[in-house]
Amino acid sequence: MIWQKIKVGFHKLGSPPIFYRLCQVLSPWLWAGFAVSLVIGLYYALYVVPPDYQQSDSFRILYIHVPSAWQAMAGYLVMSILAVIALVWRIRTTEIMAMAAAPIGAAFTVICLATGSIWGRPMWGTFWAWDARLTSMLVLLFIYLGIMGLYAAFEDKRKGARVACILILVGLVNIPIIHFSVEWWTTLHQGRGISFVGESTMDASMKPPLIWMIVATKLLFTAALLDRSRNELIDQDRRKGWIRRKLGASV
Amino acid sequence: MLKSVLALLRRDLRLAIRHGGESLMPLLFLFAVLILVPLGVGPGPNLLSAIAPGMVWVAALLASLLALEGLFRPDLEDGTLEQWWTAPAPVGLLVATRLFSHWLITGLPVILFAPLAAQMLYLPDHALPVLLLTLLIGTPILSLIGGLASALTLGTKRGSVLLSILIFPLVVPVLIFATGAVSAVADGLSPRAHLGLLTSLLILALALAPLATTAALKLNVE
Amino acid sequence: MSELLTAEAVGFTRSGDLVFDPVDVCLQSGRALVIAGPNGSGKTTLLRLLAGILTPARGRVQRHGSLAFLGHLAAVKGDLTVRENLEFTARFCSRPGLPVNQALARVGLAGLGLRPARALSAGQKRRVGLACLLVARRDTWLLDEPYASLDDIGGELVDSLLEQHLAGGGAVALSTHQRQPRLEQAPERLLIRPPGREDE
Repeated sequence: MIWQKIKVGFHKLGSPPIFYRLCQVLSPWLWAGFAVSLVIGLYYALYVVPPDYQQSDSFRILYIHVPSAWQAMAGYLVMSILAVIALVWRIRTTEIMAMAAAPIGAAFTVICLATGSIWGRPMWGTFWAWDARLTSMLVLLFIYLGIMGLYAAFEDKRKGARVACILILVGLVNIPIIHFSVEWWTTLHQGRGISFVGESTMDASMKPPLIWMIVATKLLFTAALLDRSRNELIDQDRRKGWIRRKLGASV
Repeated sequence: MLKSVLALLRRDLRLAIRHGGESLMPLLFLFAVLILVPLGVGPGPNLLSAIAPGMVWVAALLASLLALEGLFRPDLEDGTLEQWWTAPAPVGLLVATRLFSHWLITGLPVILFAPLAAQMLYLPDHALPVLLLTLLIGTPILSLIGGLASALTLGTKRGSVLLSILIFPLVVPVLIFATGAVSAVADGLSPRAHLGLLTSLLILALALAPLATTAALKLNVE
Repeated sequence: MSELLTAEAVGFTRSGDLVFDPVDVCLQSGRALVIAGPNGSGKTTLLRLLAGILTPARGRVQRHGSLAFLGHLAAVKGDLTVRENLEFTARFCSRPGLPVNQALARVGLAGLGLRPARALSAGQKRRVGLACLLVARRDTWLLDEPYASLDDIGGELVDSLLEQHLAGGGAVALSTHQRQPRLEQAPERLLIRPPGREDE
């Protein structure tokens, strides 16, 4: 029963005009929600939370670093779910969404790596350390880039999307293995001296801005995903009747 | 069914022998890398023996990469690949056969010549059996991952650069566990944990890679 | 007369659009089907769907017997000799038919068995493709433009091979846009139409 309903719902979403309309309606709200939570989060993070007694102000970059790290991984999970739906039910809009998710996930991974090394410079005295999390993030970035590259290499966008969806699932199986192997590797090579963020030792006053920032990145991801998918849909269907009706004679 | 598999294996090996020089390239490449390394980092036995497991493995990886362009693409271009779907054997089995012959051509020679390479890089003698064992377990994984990546990129015009980018993240665990095992033995520790993990990777790859490869091939033949 | 292959409302989509108007196909033993249509209408796509190389986006295909597919490409390895190629096909399809020498003689390539396949002309390669059909016995033949790059004698050869295959209880589907097969019993025709415009 419930499965049937979900399936019907997805097939409705699979209809490009309905999907287009949904993106159009949801996206401004998501962007607005993102802006609000970003402002609140940054205000707390920059003005309300007291400086750390060891790291002074430099720890504040973690309010961007940690949420984007989480979003980089959560984004992959979302993309994998979309890929499964795309491969099993061959729904075109989910193929487009999965492909639209990859660059956003890659962007979050880059932000995570960049803020990590900016923070690492004063803390560890180096921009890069072969830390387990850093290394697996770097590998994750390459998986994202591989998915984007594979999709871009195909002339037939649908075929490219389906092939890239297979790669997404291969990556999904591999990411935990890679993460585990890298962790194993670094513990053997350098000892667990550096632990990235001590979540458990975090002061209670540090938490609210973190939560706001996590909400903000989730909203940013979703908003960007819907906008990117809608643009891709317009691009692919630009010669079709329904797009002409939506956008008027401008195409 | 078995007859088809044997016929394919026989033809692939015959073609590899007929190409002779081309098939030996991966092996020559392995030695080119192994000769360049001491020239690059210096001939000191201590340094060389420390990096020996890593170097042999990186060379094995590159050698298996070299032969990937020829794994499915020639068959796609001359039309023999589409015949797989009308064969009496399931395509997955034919894919597995092709990957096995890829391993025979690229993986096996590397294993056979690894003792020589280990000597050239001053790998401690007691670490050699473990190096060979890691190669024996690990090179089939390289073939499986490589086959998957080349099936994924089959429909694109220039797959080779993309191929290496797709493969690199996937082989990270293989490289880590394999070199870890050899380093552990060289340091007088037990390589069991590493070897066990490497074996489980092989089992996982054997179970999943042919499926994904077949799906990717199907999409690219369309 | 038994049905060797049936397809119901089978269609294929490329970039989300149907390639041709979905069709029903029924191949019966002893009968031939000619798939007709202008260039680019999807004749090859339909044959590949029937062969199982493509998965239909609409409808389904049921196969009750072994298949042979002869496509645009001869499916011949240039680095092997003609004989080696035929021996491979015979083993690969695991239902032995004519011995290689007889098959070669039948398609007019007697004496060329030791020639590397890459040294053959387009028409000769085509004939090797026909010989592949003979060295392993298959119930259904799916032939994509079998007359292409063949001379008049080659065309007659194809006709006589078809006749023989049908007489043996086989079925044939072929696409052609030049020469029509001249058979004792006139083949059925299936016209491929472009899809009715479907706006989503």
